[in-house]
Amino acid sequence: MSGRWRHEAPAPQSAGTRGSHDPAPAPALPERTLSMRTIDVEHIEAIALGASVYGTGGGGDPYVGKLIAMNMVRRHGPVRLVDVGTLADDALVVPVALVGAPTVAIEKFPSTGQFIGALEAIEKYLGRKVSAVMCAEAGGLNSTIPFAVASQVGLPLLDGDLMGRAFPEIQMTLATLHGIKATPMALCDDKGNSVVMDTVTNQYTERFVRSLATDMGGSACTVLYPMTGAQARLATIPGSLTMLQRAGETLIAARRDKRDPVAALVELLGARRLFEGKVIDVQRVTAAGWNRGTATIAGFHGEGHRRCQLRFQNEFLIAEVDGAAVATTPDLIALLDVETGEPVTAELLRYGLRVTLVGFPCHPQWRTPAGIDLAGPRYFGYDVDYSPIDATAKEA
Amino acid sequence: MYRIGIDVGGTNTDAVLMNGDAVVHAVKAATSADVMAGVLAVLRQVISGSGVRAADLRAVMIGTTHFTNAIVERRSLSRVGVIRLALPATQSLPPLSGWPQDIAAALQVDSHIVGGGFEFDGREIGQVVAAEIHAAAESFADKRIDHIAISGVFSLINDAQERQAAALVREVLPLARITLSSEVGRVGLLERENAAILNAALGNLGQSIMTAFTSAVAQAGIDAPFFITQNDGTLMDAERAARFPILTVASGPTNSMRGAAFLSKEQDAIVVDIGGTTSDVGVLQKGFPRAAGTAVEVGGVRTNFRMPDVYSIGLGGGTRISADFERIGPESVGYRLHEEALIFGGRTLTASDVAVAAGLADFGRREFVGHLDRAGVDGCVARMQDKLFAAVDRVRTSDAKVPLLVVGGGSVLARARLGDLAVTRPPHFAVANAVGAAMAQVSGECDRLFELGTLTREAAIAEATAEARQQAIAAGARPQTLVVVDVEDLPLAYLAGNTTRIRVKVVGELLLAE
Repeated sequence: MSGRWRHEAPAPQSAGTRGSHDPAPAPALPERTLSMRTIDVEHIEAIALGASVYGTGGGGDPYVGKLIAMNMVRRHGPVRLVDVGTLADDALVVPVALVGAPTVAIEKFPSTGQFIGALEAIEKYLGRKVSAVMCAEAGGLNSTIPFAVASQVGLPLLDGDLMGRAFPEIQMTLATLHGIKATPMALCDDKGNSVVMDTVTNQYTERFVRSLATDMGGSACTVLYPMTGAQARLATIPGSLTMLQRAGETLIAARRDKRDPVAALVELLGARRLFEGKVIDVQRVTAAGWNRGTATIAGFHGEGHRRCQLRFQNEFLIAEVDGAAVATTPDLIALLDVETGEPVTAELLRYGLRVTLVGFPCHPQWRTPAGIDLAGPRYFGYDVDYSPIDATAKEA
Repeated sequence: MYRIGIDVGGTNTDAVLMNGDAVVHAVKAATSADVMAGVLAVLRQVISGSGVRAADLRAVMIGTTHFTNAIVERRSLSRVGVIRLALPATQSLPPLSGWPQDIAAALQVDSHIVGGGFEFDGREIGQVVAAEIHAAAESFADKRIDHIAISGVFSLINDAQERQAAALVREVLPLARITLSSEVGRVGLLERENAAILNAALGNLGQSIMTAFTSAVAQAGIDAPFFITQNDGTLMDAERAARFPILTVASGPTNSMRGAAFLSKEQDAIVVDIGGTTSDVGVLQKGFPRAAGTAVEVGGVRTNFRMPDVYSIGLGGGTRISADFERIGPESVGYRLHEEALIFGGRTLTASDVAVAAGLADFGRREFVGHLDRAGVDGCVARMQDKLFAAVDRVRTSDAKVPLLVVGGGSVLARARLGDLAVTRPPHFAVANAVGAAMAQVSGECDRLFELGTLTREAAIAEATAEARQQAIAAGARPQTLVVVDVEDLPLAYLAGNTTRIRVKVVGELLLAE
């Protein structure tokens, strides 16, 4: 298993000394000894870059999310990032997220009142104040947007999330596995219209959110999965935002020091190199609400006859090499530019890109039967069994 | 039918006179600070050298790097006023987000976000409010700003609000020069708005450069239209180029790659264009440059133009070489090569001097480099080959033996082989970019969202194709030569319903009087 979920504390550091100014990122994992640190404008670049690695091809345009977070932090001040352990058992903590179409997200940016509107709506419904906000997913746009919200409303941001990656549907969270509902959930549009919904299952929530988001002009700010501090300790992946930052810093440092960025990232994530080559074909399927399709990658140099099929539905879900699956959802599959290590999104997939495909393990909770039912290959309609990347990669 | 292609680079200005597909005459001259005089001089040279009468010329095609250089060097830029039609949406990301400080400062942008904008399905987010537009225009008037960019959310679906706002601005500023984002950009508000702002900033320069070109063409005795090449290697007329100078920013590498394809008859190849300061390496696919897959920055500002995917290294004919031959560039003497290089009696050791000393080339005064240490020269030449090959290998997508075309004034720096690839220098390689300009075609493009409810996907693509064809014909294309070169459709993920983004591009030959 990769080092990703190990929680041994590295040598303690004081909160003031770490961050993007470190000459080289420490090889160690999130500092579990730290309960709070401050995220300022200069840290967001690395977090956004890490978020596009964990976005595994989906999760929306990381550039827009990065700029929004930078603007709002510049306007309203730094964000306090807190450890899940610091929350009181009965504290109210809520994930905040932008839902809707990535294409809308690059045209119609949120208004400044939109997140406050959603937060106020949920507080009014629940009759109590929110103590901290968090990320619903660690990957893509929704792992930078919460920095903007936390800065604007002055609430701490929890260093953790509900997926440990990005997924396209609202019920695909560890919270669902722990029986925590996505509702009551508040949505707010740019005009200030807000809707609070309470549903029977998270699957219904997903349906209603899609049609509401469409009526709200293709994107809405949401507050969902309201939970207590005690629940957050069960259903969040602790330290995941620090991990995003670390991934981004690793790529940036490798580029700066003229080392191989892909190799540095692979080492940090405990990832497997699944394939390397050039994108020679991208087939997209028009299906309501999905950016779905398959990319074909041809091997380089002596491997020119080998083919990798990468299947995506917003996120990259299945990688096959010469017909055999080498990585399957919910494990993470990231496509990186061979030279720069820059993550490539499914929307930007096009002929001629030179890429390294890497896979790394999902959180162990995803590997339970319930987790695989919720976000495994069969849920997405593929006739493939989930096979943990650690095992498949060894065989390949 | 005779035509002239000109490429105005930072170092050299090249011109070719062509008869159909044949190069009749070619000239190369140093770029002059006086745009009009420089272009007039090469026009006169190429016409007199060819023996063709100026009156027999049917068209002049010009590729220019003036606008790119102005943005990169932050000079000759106008102050810009920006109106974004979007409220209440988009306050979280105001205009100029992500811009480098220095260019933001150079433009002294006065920006206003006001009511307006459309949803993805064509509904209005808000209406345009005359009083808000008038107030913004008054603010521009106070600041003596008359170059204005207007953007709106989803204005590619409907440009009515942008046009309405422009009319309202003109009520206050009748002489304002206004760029609408829907005229210059693609889907992606920030990138499209950036393109509109940069275009507005180039307003004065665009006007003066086009005026200079117009009088150069007239003074050369040519009674024929002239055209400017744009990013995708196709043409626009002078009037349009004066309004949309931003559409030329990537035309340089495109022209040299298209020229290399034309001269070598290769459709799929790697092209290395070695100029005075840099070598640009790109890939030809079916005769067109491979486009960059991601957003492209122009002078540090993010845009989403479809630009050629070019990898540049700091090695050209004017590149400075250290006295011990160890360091190659990246600084270059640029257009002062003919004063500063040793072979021209100057005092700076350049890549051209090394090439002449090594016997790769024979120009200037060879005796002026006779004293150079032979081993040092050979080592330096070898390192230059390594640098070039590394760049070629970077853009290469397989180990297949692809044709390697080397063009440009500095192409003497390359030996007959780079790594495992044989170098081809097509005829007239030194002026490939001017040939690319001369042979440029006319295009039309449609990139917008379609609602696939009542409309089938095929019908939507047909509608987009018709729009693209109309645009191409309006730009001067001969209708029967139009072919579709690119169709892309991308469903809008995450939404109920069936909205899809469709982009169609057509190109054809320029319709000219015989």
